Formats: sequence, structure tokens, C-alpha cells
Amino acid sequence: MQVLDFLVANFTAIVFYLVAALTVTGALGVITLRNPVHAALALLWTFLMVAVLFILRHAEFLAAVQVLVYAGGIMVLFLFVIMLVNLRRLQPEQIFLSAQAPVAVAAGVVLGALMAIALLVGVLAGAGGDPAALKTLDGELVGNTEAVGWELYRTYLVPFELVSVVLLVAMIAAIVYGRRDAALEGRGGRKEQ
Amino acid sequence: MITATHYVLLSLVLFCLGVIGVMVRRNFITVLMSLELIFNAVNLNLVAFSLRLGDLAGQVLAIFVITIAAAEAAIGLGLIIALVRLKDTVTLDQAREMGG
Repeated sequence: MQVLDFLVANFTAIVFYLVAALTVTGALGVITLRNPVHAALALLWTFLMVAVLFILRHAEFLAAVQVLVYAGGIMVLFLFVIMLVNLRRLQPEQIFLSAQAPVAVAAGVVLGALMAIALLVGVLAGAGGDPAALKTLDGELVGNTEAVGWELYRTYLVPFELVSVVLLVAMIAAIVYGRRDAALEGRGGRKEQ
Repeated sequence: MITATHYVLLSLVLFCLGVIGVMVRRNFITVLMSLELIFNAVNLNLVAFSLRLGDLAGQVLAIFVITIAAAEAAIGLGLIIALVRLKDTVTLDQAREMGG
């Protein structure tokens, strides 16, 4: 019974530490697994765990968007490109660590230590915050999705439209890069007609 | 009690793993995956502070970050296709016409 009481009392903390450990495991998999398909699956795992963290942080709509856009859209794009370039044919042995790896890891650790020091020196510690503020609209309690939607289309309408233009430009750029007869064909001009 | 500091520290770990991945990996596709890790770390930060400050702006900004990440992934993967077509490789070390 005592164990059960402890579990109930610290449920959020237990879930957080568990999911945080799984997130870091997934991220480690992304940067260490040799096979790009395995790395992509580790990335998918990381995306899903981050979505769980979003729910723990009372961002339910964002968690749904994370699963739909990242785990759905971007992952499919990655796997599609891996399939398209067919890595097994393209030098499978040379896709990993080079001589600069120790320097890169050291630089990353130093960067992390510096930011952790800055974080701990700062005054970030404090209470958990009020989840009700994230689902309130004009003093009325609605869902998180509705509150985010109103905020997005009322306060942030202009950035929203600008971002849609960015998406359009990205789409056009991707089409241009993917074109077979583009000027990217190399020195000899058009190799394949 | 889990505070925003816990989330920021986790986000820090994710960010640094992403940075290490960008520097260590030689495969263009996995470099882009590490970039996605960095985007996720930033989003985690935004969402953590959204609750801490009781302000929805953090979540809205995270939606914008996700949108930009999608655009970045589309362009980056288009670049991979162009690189494969040009040099028949996805290894970044072999794209060194500019002396990099």
C-alpha cells in the first residue's frame, strides 16, 4: 500500500523522468545508429516521446500536431528519401563518424555545460504554473485547442499568413530542386535526356 | 514537483545531442534528422515556459516552429535528391567543390 501511495503521489514526476529518459535514449539512437532507417525510427520514437512531454505540459493541441506533422509527415518524407537514394548501393561503410568526431563531441559537451551553468545561475526555479491559463479564453474555460486557435487567428494572424507564404516558397523550392532538367546536372550540362 | 527547470534541462540535453549529431554524422540525411532534434528541443522549451508563465504565446510560437521545420525538411530533402543526382552520394565529405 505504501508503494501504491508513493506512486499515486508522484505520478507526474515518475512519468516525466521515465519519458525524459526514453527521449534521450531515442536522441542518442538518432546520432549513433549506423543504418539511416534505424536512425529514422529512433527519431520517430523521440518525436512521440516529446509529444507525451507536451501533454504533461498541458499542450494537448500541440501534442496532436507533433504526432500528425512530425511523426506523420516529416518521418514519411525522411523514409521516402532514404528509400529513393537507396543507401545500400551508395557506400554503406562511409556514412558514419569521421576523424572530427571527438572534437565535435567535446564541443557539444562544452556547449551543454556552459548552457547548464547559465541555466542554474539564473532564476528559473519556481512553481509549476497554472494550467488553467492555457485553456481560458476571455475569462471563459474552453479547451486547449480552442484557446490556441483563437490566439493563432486573432493575435498572430499576420505571422500565420507569413508562415503560409514561407511554406509555399519551400514547396516551390523543393519542386525546383527535384526537377530532372535543372541546372544542377553538373559540368557536362544535361547528362540524361 | 516537476518545474520548468526540469524541462529546460531535458531540452538542453536534446539540443546538445542534436548539435553533436550535426557535427559528427557525415550522412546528409542523418544530419537533417539531428536538426529535427534541435527543433524539438526548442519546442520543448517553448511549451515548458508557456505553462510556467501562463501564456499561450509559447504554444503558438511552437506551432510556427513546427511549420518552419516542415519547410526546412522539404527543402533539405530536395537538396539530398539534387546531391544524389549530381554526385551519386549522400556523404557530405564528398561535396567539396568549394574547398570545404
